Amino acid sequence: MLQLSRDDLALAYKRMRTIREFENRVHEEFSAGKIPGFVHLYAGEEASAVGVCMNLGDKDYIASTHRGHGHCIAKGCDVEGMMKEIYGRKDGLCGGKGGSMHIADLSKGMMGANGIVGGGPPLVCGAALSAKTLKTGGVAIAFVGDGGSNQGTTLESYNLAKIWDLPAIFVVEDNGYAESTASAWSVGGSQVKRAEGFGMPGVEVDGHDFFAVYEAAKGAIDRARDGGGPSLIHARLDRHFGHFEGDAQTYRAAGEQDKLKAEVDCLKRFRQRVTETSLLDAKALDEIDQQVASLVGHAVTAAESAQPPSAEDLLTDVYVSY
Amino acid sequence: MAKKSYRQALNEAIAQEMRRDPTVIVMGEDNVGGMGAPGEDDAWGGVLGVTKGLMPEFGRERVLDTPISESAFIGAAAGAAATGLRPVAELMFVDFMGVCFDQIYNQAGKFRYMFGGKAVTPLVIRTMYGAGFRAASQHSQCLYPIFTHTPGLKVVLPSSPYEAKGLMTQAIRDDDPVIFLEHKVMYDDEEDVPDEAYTIPFGEANLTREGDAVTIVALGRMVGFANQAADRLEKDGISCTVVDPRTTSPLDEDTILECAEETGRVVVVDEASPRCGMAADIAALIGQNAFDALKAPVRMVTPPHTPVPFAPELEDAYVPSVAKIEAAVRDVAGYSR
Repeated sequence: MLQLSRDDLALAYKRMRTIREFENRVHEEFSAGKIPGFVHLYAGEEASAVGVCMNLGDKDYIASTHRGHGHCIAKGCDVEGMMKEIYGRKDGLCGGKGGSMHIADLSKGMMGANGIVGGGPPLVCGAALSAKTLKTGGVAIAFVGDGGSNQGTTLESYNLAKIWDLPAIFVVEDNGYAESTASAWSVGGSQVKRAEGFGMPGVEVDGHDFFAVYEAAKGAIDRARDGGGPSLIHARLDRHFGHFEGDAQTYRAAGEQDKLKAEVDCLKRFRQRVTETSLLDAKALDEIDQQVASLVGHAVTAAESAQPPSAEDLLTDVYVSY
Repeated sequence: MAKKSYRQALNEAIAQEMRRDPTVIVMGEDNVGGMGAPGEDDAWGGVLGVTKGLMPEFGRERVLDTPISESAFIGAAAGAAATGLRPVAELMFVDFMGVCFDQIYNQAGKFRYMFGGKAVTPLVIRTMYGAGFRAASQHSQCLYPIFTHTPGLKVVLPSSPYEAKGLMTQAIRDDDPVIFLEHKVMYDDEEDVPDEAYTIPFGEANLTREGDAVTIVALGRMVGFANQAADRLEKDGISCTVVDPRTTSPLDEDTILECAEETGRVVVVDEASPRCGMAADIAALIGQNAFDALKAPVRMVTPPHTPVPFAPELEDAYVPSVAKIEAAVRDVAGYSR
């Protein structure tokens, strides 16, 4: 099956499972009032982040969205550091200064979740320009939502990536809703035709299907690495939680969410596919589930007991020198 | 050492840094000019010629023309800065910040803080500002107070060709995002500028003259106006100190306060709009920290709180003039309680 070894498949499952477990725990802890601010959860969309990032290494960059936890985990950010960041702790990945919407780890090629819808694509053009100019062989991926796909920054970035011939890939994660507004209403034309309009290849994939995403991403990333320029992937998928935690989701049809969780859950599909084809057995997957539960449980425990930043930390890290 | 224009000084600084450091790149609208067009290569070198000659020397890989998509390319410059390059991006007129400001203040300016001190964003955004070109309301503003208001950005206002070269070299070598504001009326100003590279540190004000009667704090093009006013006043026995802060972020508060305390009389001259501007900011700084030393109220010389007008008569009335500065200094010098 593709170029993925059993180890790769186990890793992909582990990352997807880690995202699911992480988001479920953040949901619980947020509901219990233990997490400040507000959070946007990625559960349900795991196949997209992991399907894309399984093709990437540390020299490759991604920029994410406000719904960024999944991309961070898929790109290899430290799970405990992330949880501590979401709790606002001093030894969080960003020292407690960023929080859920700004988790970044440039050493892992993760340029940040982003509180501004459509904020990432221009930055990704820059990372792709760095890769091209410095000849690192790297590529850069902009994840945007269906909401972000309507921002001028995103459309300008399609054009810039094309005319500069950048190794950039735009992954439109279309979970059907920009906040409460249906993408069926808010997106004029089609994502793929938008790409084609800018002279880029575009492809639509079932974002619940890890293998479909992986294959599409591999094609796009290999092309970009070989100097073939930018392209777009439109992944149709679903989020399991609301736009933000606390969203009553009154815009959804009755029973909509239960149905999609039952019928199109990407983790269930992955498990079914790899067990039916005997690539991985259920026992191995169960063991991963247990490892992941332990990992995330430990991260929550560590985050709960970790120290907040000190008053002096307020004033540091604004400039390199000032 | 030779006489060089403000334009030449900037060009020389950029070229020398590009020779020194292969990660320095230049991008902007028409920075080469004529991209894809049948005429000359290097057709423009920027709309007023500041980047002319860079493409022939450094090639199109390091001197990039952009489409008119400020959000995309200013954001790309920020992203490139965070991933290993040192871009010098040109936002042709500062008035265009409105179409790309998110990428400057929410992205580039906040990376370091939001990411817990792990990001380094050595970005320079060059941009033209100021009135005097009969360019009307959307091509004549200053707007640097808005950048100065944003933590994480450094803001530079060179007041002469010598200052322009040293501050640009510093800006390119600096590891923080820098907004570098070039006054469009000053590009042909000339003075002696060293041939070799040199830096002028940020946050260190320059005293262009020292006197004991009144301190004039002036920014950018207004430094020259302040010096002209001081020349006239000197003849009447009113000797002025003129402080050029050079950078509004960081701001050399110590030097401004020392000079304010020495004379006890201060005029602040700023070409930006008066509300929430640098003149108000510096006046407040002095009022809060040097109140006991003041012998007169701090006077601000600024334009009125209007858009920049088009008609030459109106624009001339809008911009702070040497005469207005002189009058303000005379008022302050003659003030007694």
